[in-house]
Amino acid sequence: MFDFLEGYDLLGAFWVTVQLTVYSAIGSLIWGTLLAAMRVSPVPLMRGFGTAYVNIVRNIPLTVIIVFTSLGLFQTLNVSLGADDFTTINFRLAVLGLIAYTSAFVCEAVRSGINTVPIGQVEAARAIGLSFPQVLRLIVLPQAFRSVVGPLANVLIALTKNTTVAAAIGVAEAALLMREMIENEAQLILISAIFAVGFICLTLPTGLFLGWVAKKVAVKR
Amino acid sequence: MKRDATVLYDVPGPRARRRNLLYTGLFLIALAAVVWWVVASLADKGQLEWPKWEPFFTDSRVWSTYLLPALKNTLIAAALSMVIALPLGAVLGIARLSDHRWVRGTAGAVVEFFRAIPVLILMLFANAALSEFTDISPESRPLYAVVIGLVLYNASVLAEVVRAGILALPQGQTDAAKAIGMRKGQIMTFVLLPQAVTAMLPALVSQLVVIVKDTALGGAMLGFSELLASVRPMSANYGANTIASFTVVAVIFIVLNFALTTFASWLERRLRRGRKSTGAVVGADAVEELATPGEHVVPPDGTK
Repeated sequence: MFDFLEGYDLLGAFWVTVQLTVYSAIGSLIWGTLLAAMRVSPVPLMRGFGTAYVNIVRNIPLTVIIVFTSLGLFQTLNVSLGADDFTTINFRLAVLGLIAYTSAFVCEAVRSGINTVPIGQVEAARAIGLSFPQVLRLIVLPQAFRSVVGPLANVLIALTKNTTVAAAIGVAEAALLMREMIENEAQLILISAIFAVGFICLTLPTGLFLGWVAKKVAVKR
Repeated sequence: MKRDATVLYDVPGPRARRRNLLYTGLFLIALAAVVWWVVASLADKGQLEWPKWEPFFTDSRVWSTYLLPALKNTLIAAALSMVIALPLGAVLGIARLSDHRWVRGTAGAVVEFFRAIPVLILMLFANAALSEFTDISPESRPLYAVVIGLVLYNASVLAEVVRAGILALPQGQTDAAKAIGMRKGQIMTFVLLPQAVTAMLPALVSQLVVIVKDTALGGAMLGFSELLASVRPMSANYGANTIASFTVVAVIFIVLNFALTTFASWLERRLRRGRKSTGAVVGADAVEELATPGEHVVPPDGTK
């Protein structure tokens, strides 16, 4: 029943999915936090840029962004992100697109975390003479991140599911392999079940584990 | 709960104002450098030439042949998915609150299953299943596949929205209905559901944004002729204007979704202000959370 699987690198495809997720998660955590810092900063221009970025990027479909990185950035403008072969180029382009998209959601999550820190703490910090970067780094962000584990976990899971979009530019991850297998084999239900279970194995434990972590680290108020 | 960001820093004095001005300048320089680099590389590849952008402003055929039919397909798929997913989601959501364990368990399993799987996987499955088990013509198959994929996923998300809406209602509503002798079904249909629907309107509208965005998957992977798919033929017919075509398509998506987002938050503000309601509102931001497998809606008072 499962012998048709031998011609396919199932684990390899899911490994690419995991890699896409991890690289994009790290990138969008950094860029998203920077965006959130911009959105609460005293400099109006930075606030405006942050707001504009989030509102624009959130409303464009991820598929449009990813296809644009391939058709627009690579094929029209020859941006290859320092890679030579197509596999690496497409992989890096997909990570770039995923980071650009996901950081908008990370930014919103972090910002909502900043809002959970009581005003009194910020006022106290300002009263003892801390500057804005100090207030943010020493008082607000450490608490914000603890309360934001849950929302960030949601973003991470959405990101895991969104990596399938990379199939649109030919990154050899799970969804692309699924399409190929469906075309070549007459085992539709079985193939779909395998990929469904594969994704459940990726997303469900992440959700449960990070949900548990979120409860553990949340600042009790 | 949005708070004014200015609590994080004092009202700037003369020195702080000077410093802020300096930061503004630095940021402006950095931003200008990026913009200059983008514009320069665009110009270098000839993507800024007027003829590449002109068709979108002067040639009505590009709209009547490509953009408007594509936009229509996007909207049809989104509307169909929403209309079908909503009742399905309501049934699943109510079933998850059932007193019978097996009904609750089955609905729960279905919802968790479809929330944990990427929409694209569902669409690919639907597409292949349609070609194998039905005789729907290959031309209309992508639309069916897109709608089926979106319905399966969004019905399970909407089920959580409905559940959250019902749980957000004050317990007193159920108690009062029981006190005047209503049966379980009556309580649900006459008391809880109508109020829950109002409470979850903002979440429903903002879920539409997710659906509209996901239709683009059908264009990229299944050959569904929606907005994203119209980029290729447009740039083939109007002189390799890839960047221009992408820009126009992105702008259409942004305008459409921004309008929906704004409407959702306006609706939320209005409902929160309303004096007649019970104060139960499932906000537009809640959807993201509800779309995550393993997450559960916790009612505000911590009861079941």
